[in-house]
Amino acid sequence: MSQGGWTDKRPMSPHIWQWRWHVTMLGSILHRVTGVGNYIGAILAVGWLFAAASGRETYDKFADIMATPLGQLVLFGFTLSVCYHLINGLRHLVLDSGAGFEPKSASVTAWVVLVLSVVAAAAVWIFAGLVPGLSVGG
Amino acid sequence: MSQSLRTPLGRVRGLGASREGVGHFIAQRVSAIALVFLVPWFMLSLIGAAKGGYDGAVEWIGQPLNAVLILLAVGAGLYHMRLGMQVVIEDYLARPLTKNFKLIASTFLCVFLFAVAAFSVLKIAG
Repeated sequence: MSQGGWTDKRPMSPHIWQWRWHVTMLGSILHRVTGVGNYIGAILAVGWLFAAASGRETYDKFADIMATPLGQLVLFGFTLSVCYHLINGLRHLVLDSGAGFEPKSASVTAWVVLVLSVVAAAAVWIFAGLVPGLSVGG
Repeated sequence: MSQSLRTPLGRVRGLGASREGVGHFIAQRVSAIALVFLVPWFMLSLIGAAKGGYDGAVEWIGQPLNAVLILLAVGAGLYHMRLGMQVVIEDYLARPLTKNFKLIASTFLCVFLFAVAAFSVLKIAG
């Protein structure tokens, strides 16, 4: 396009392999990925309710599994997934009204959601007192 | 004479080849609005309750208002994620022979999880 005699100033449909990376693209993909993540996490949450209904022994077994490093990793991933999907979901509800679609504001809000969701997940874990030495809750 | 090839019944229903209108879109958003309130409450209260171990968990679930809100949060969540998984299946996993099987399996799983949650909460709070 730069060497040729292309004079048309209108936006050109890009080739499938020459798509510029957009944060809005990442935000959209992550919304679906975290949606699937929450689907898996919901199975865990219902499992927790069922463990509580099944009695002390079953509950303690469930809690022990969740307390292992792998369990904690899964729980933090679930927290992050819920925080992202919730905050980006709010952004989507605003976008559904037709507002915020200008490329600049759409990109800015996508970045804000990314940062906010990490901060929110960290805040939830600090509140939960699950981060050693950072416990606030009782 | 109408220029349209669509039958009068088809025109009244307002549905095209997809056999559905904006019902899915609206249901996804309405459940999302409910979850904006329910999920933060559910997540933070559950963490607070789980700190008290088994006794804390059972005490939290056993409070009448908590029991109702837990079932609302789980119910709205499962409904919302069934709708979301439907889109994921239709967009990425749809094969002619297995599409309906996958959609039905996801629906069954969500309904099963709700039955488990309802039994668990009602057993503790009941």
